[in-house]
Amino acid sequence: MPAGNQAAGEIALHRIALVVSSVWIVVTVVGAATIAFKAAGPLLIGRRSLPPHVQSVVDLLAPVMLIALVVTQTFGGDEEITVDARVVGVGAAGVAIWLRAHVIVAMAVAAAVTAGVRVIA
Amino acid sequence: MRAALPLAPSPILFGLSYGVLADATGFGAFAAVVMSATTFAGAAQFASLSVLDAGGTVAAAILAAIFLNARYIAISVTVASIFPGGKLRRLAESQAIVDESWALAGRRGRFEWPILIGSGLVFYVLWVGSTAAGTAVGGILEDPNALGLDAAFAALFLALAVPYLHEARARQAAALAAVITLVLTPFTPAGVPIIAASAACLLGIRRPAKSPSTGSPWW
Repeated sequence: MPAGNQAAGEIALHRIALVVSSVWIVVTVVGAATIAFKAAGPLLIGRRSLPPHVQSVVDLLAPVMLIALVVTQTFGGDEEITVDARVVGVGAAGVAIWLRAHVIVAMAVAAAVTAGVRVIA
Repeated sequence: MRAALPLAPSPILFGLSYGVLADATGFGAFAAVVMSATTFAGAAQFASLSVLDAGGTVAAAILAAIFLNARYIAISVTVASIFPGGKLRRLAESQAIVDESWALAGRRGRFEWPILIGSGLVFYVLWVGSTAAGTAVGGILEDPNALGLDAAFAALFLALAVPYLHEARARQAAALAAVITLVLTPFTPAGVPIIAASAACLLGIRRPAKSPSTGSPWW
């Protein structure tokens, strides 16, 4: 059915356009924010230091976000918790990290083990 | 600049893998290179990439990266006094601040401006260059998720988190963040659980850090 195909094609094109523009929004906003964060000390704050409460909240942001990302990348599904090959791969990477492997090695282990389990399963 | 050389392989490998993943997930080669040139902070770039790849919204991708990079406010404050010159010069030179250049510049007990700028410049060139190289080879991957790249993202974030977790407060906040993410995942769209989990950092209000500490170097 040509009409149906054409409609599907238009939807696909629309999706691609959406993805492209959303990528550029991310690149622009994150870039501007990061430039501002790095300049904040030397430009605005000078020799003063951050209030202790603000400092400790900011200190905790990085580990909190990183672990939240680990959880979603390992168990995240389409609005559900999924236990699949990724868990095995990330577990293997955890062992590699525990054995003091380089981050790149840990990433390679995770990718290889996950891919392997997907082939078997 | 010479101080940066022993650490040079890491930004090259990270840049390559960022370029490969950005290209493989449909982020786009040019966008990846521009992001490396402007954001110049690996963890945040990987974070927004992974949120978008997992189907998260633009807002979630932006917030995840911004929350991760908020530590640069604290980091830039620690080195604020070593920057000479006028506002424009300080704005430009402050962009040389990354975890690695910051750690190198402070390793002799006080922060040294020439090391911060020199090593920051080296890392910048390596980071942007290897991102571009990575996008060039990324096209050969046909089905990235069959290769387990989603798990590779998780492994990366886990490895980056480990240095922070030596501190009890960070461990508690991270555990709370993990619980929030798991609980919300079945009920909210992709990306939302991560942003909600950022509330776990408010544990810091209750018990301020005894000594100001900032981000740890990646390796």
